[in-house]
Amino acid sequence: MSDSLLEIKNLTVEVGGKEILHDIDLNLNAGETHVLMGPNGAGKTTLGLTIMGNPRYNVTNGSIALEGKDITDEAVNERAKDGVFLSFQAPVEVPGITLSEFLRNALEQKTGKRIKFWEFKKEVEENMALLDMDEKYLQRDLNCGFSGGEKKKAEVLQLLMLKPKIAILDETDSGLDVDAVKTVSKGIEAYRKKVGGALLVITHSTKILSALTVDKTHVLVKGSLVAEGDASLIDEINNNGFAKYEN
Amino acid sequence: MREKTIVSDIDRNIYNIKDEEKDNYKIEEGLTPEIVEHLSREKHDPEWMKDFRLKSLDIYNKTEMPDWGPSIEGLNVDEIVTYVRPNTDMKADWNEVPDDIKNTFDRLGIPQAEKDSLAGVGAQYDSEVVYHNVRKEVEEQGVIYTDMESALNGEYADMVKEHFMKLVPPTDHKFAALHGAVWSGGSFVYVPKGVHLEIPLQSYFRLNAPGAGQFEHTLIIVEDDAYLHFIEGCSAPKYNVANLHAGCVELYVGKNATLRYSTIENWSKNMYNLNTKRAKVEEGGKIEWVSGSFGSHVSYLYPMSVLNGKGARAEFTGVTFAGEGQNLDTGTKVVHNAPDTSSYINTRSISKDGGISTFRSAVVVNKNAKNSKVAVSCESLMVDNISRSDTIPAMDIRTQYADVGHEAKIGKINDDEIFYIMSRGLSEEEAKAMIVSGFADNVGKELPVEYAVEMNNLIRLEMKGSIG
Repeated sequence: MSDSLLEIKNLTVEVGGKEILHDIDLNLNAGETHVLMGPNGAGKTTLGLTIMGNPRYNVTNGSIALEGKDITDEAVNERAKDGVFLSFQAPVEVPGITLSEFLRNALEQKTGKRIKFWEFKKEVEENMALLDMDEKYLQRDLNCGFSGGEKKKAEVLQLLMLKPKIAILDETDSGLDVDAVKTVSKGIEAYRKKVGGALLVITHSTKILSALTVDKTHVLVKGSLVAEGDASLIDEINNNGFAKYEN
Repeated sequence: MREKTIVSDIDRNIYNIKDEEKDNYKIEEGLTPEIVEHLSREKHDPEWMKDFRLKSLDIYNKTEMPDWGPSIEGLNVDEIVTYVRPNTDMKADWNEVPDDIKNTFDRLGIPQAEKDSLAGVGAQYDSEVVYHNVRKEVEEQGVIYTDMESALNGEYADMVKEHFMKLVPPTDHKFAALHGAVWSGGSFVYVPKGVHLEIPLQSYFRLNAPGAGQFEHTLIIVEDDAYLHFIEGCSAPKYNVANLHAGCVELYVGKNATLRYSTIENWSKNMYNLNTKRAKVEEGGKIEWVSGSFGSHVSYLYPMSVLNGKGARAEFTGVTFAGEGQNLDTGTKVVHNAPDTSSYINTRSISKDGGISTFRSAVVVNKNAKNSKVAVSCESLMVDNISRSDTIPAMDIRTQYADVGHEAKIGKINDDEIFYIMSRGLSEEEAKAMIVSGFADNVGKELPVEYAVEMNNLIRLEMKGSIG
């Protein structure tokens, strides 16, 4: 277990005085793809935001470790630099900064070096082509006026450019039409192949998993992990829902 | 829609201005007619200008100080006028230039020669050469771009006389009167009918002219169907020995002509910036103000547009940044005096570290301005809990046939935005700087790239203490 990429132990999280997550244990190894499923309100997004380090979420017990280093109290930007990435369920609009500027800024932060413009341009254009994303979006203010689908694609674009060690994808497929889901799936798989990172996919639907090989499935209900299994657990839930866990 | 504003008293001027030449002038204090006459003689003013200055002095003495805005108690006009006496070098001693100015120069990467210029130390600067070259280029199109003093006495003397301080008369307010009495330096620009000047003219070229910046007078006449973009100022802080800027800008826009007047000002933080800018626009003409106000201790700045001809239009895009110890009272005024006129005002203001930013606007739509449209949008961003932002919009609409709208938004930096940006590896400071830069984008977008980059560097400097 010590070569775990991400190790979550006894994690208990409170928001606004209310305990949302209870005693969560979760381990991800490099190269693995895990799926997190659960009914609405179970706390899936809370878990994603907590791992990312949103200050609104208080860890009252337990710990989070990345490659053996305790990051439970680490600031958001430090976690990002350490290799954690969250694809937001509702990406924030940031007026006044273009997608291109934002990517370059983030890359410079990560590498600590100036970005060579031509290399950047080549790579970002390749990735946008993969994601079937119009290049015009590079010059638009970050996420401003983007459709739901384009916002999600922009998240996956960031994933591909930043190459984090672990990527948490929070309902990246929601709001996407069938073709877009396929495209985004391709993008995620490309990330996995290029970087060999770990994936924690939070999702309701299985379509996004079509291009991925799932190593483990976790089920979260009312803030607790109630089941763990392999890919077949997904089919079971798809057929029977969460009823049996909701007691 | 009037809102009461409580303006808290601000810290006094922390800079001690040492006047090395006080010995010579102990005899007389304050601005006397003799001083003004002497100044006029030194400048080789035509007779009418001498009389004009004296009359302005008279008006100055009879006019009250303004009492409706930020306190200007720290302003010692008598001391300042010692610097307008002839034979006084308007030059600072480099050793006296405050450290934070020097530090800012360093951080903005300003070369030494330019630093001297900006600090009023007065060294000859390369820009003079650029200025002369630009002048030659535009002369070929019939455009006149010269300094005010020359304009007063040369071929355009009559034109200047006809227009000088007619748009902003000395009776306008006390500092307009002061300006009328002691104005010095500035630019005169004339664009003939139908001429479209592609390259922007920049006042920056003439930075090291004597008295540069303090009491300068800018007079621009754009004839019918012509186009001009004039850029004033620069992002590097301008330090003046005397801490008052009482300039005046008068813009005449002819029929179907367009004048874009862009400004980035960053006066040093000891300055009182009491500037008056006004444009008069004829039928079908357009004035575009693009204004970035940074720096100065106290500012009173309300560029005004008078729409005198049918279909005339005014656009005002501004951003004001008030940091520690600053009380910036800025905004704009528009008067609709003809039918089918329109005005669009878009301002953003940022306050940080206890800075106070007040947006004050006045829009008047007269009875004869049927079918006019007015849209005012002012947004304020307070970076922390100790800063202050106020909005005082005033609308005086005298016809029922007008479409007038106003929207105001005041807020803090959005935590979700900060979290999102930080989740990509940027520090909290960087995230805030990015958000504030983005907020100032309304002006950034309208400026030529070099100025926009400078403005963003300035914002980063204000937000982070560094540019990188």
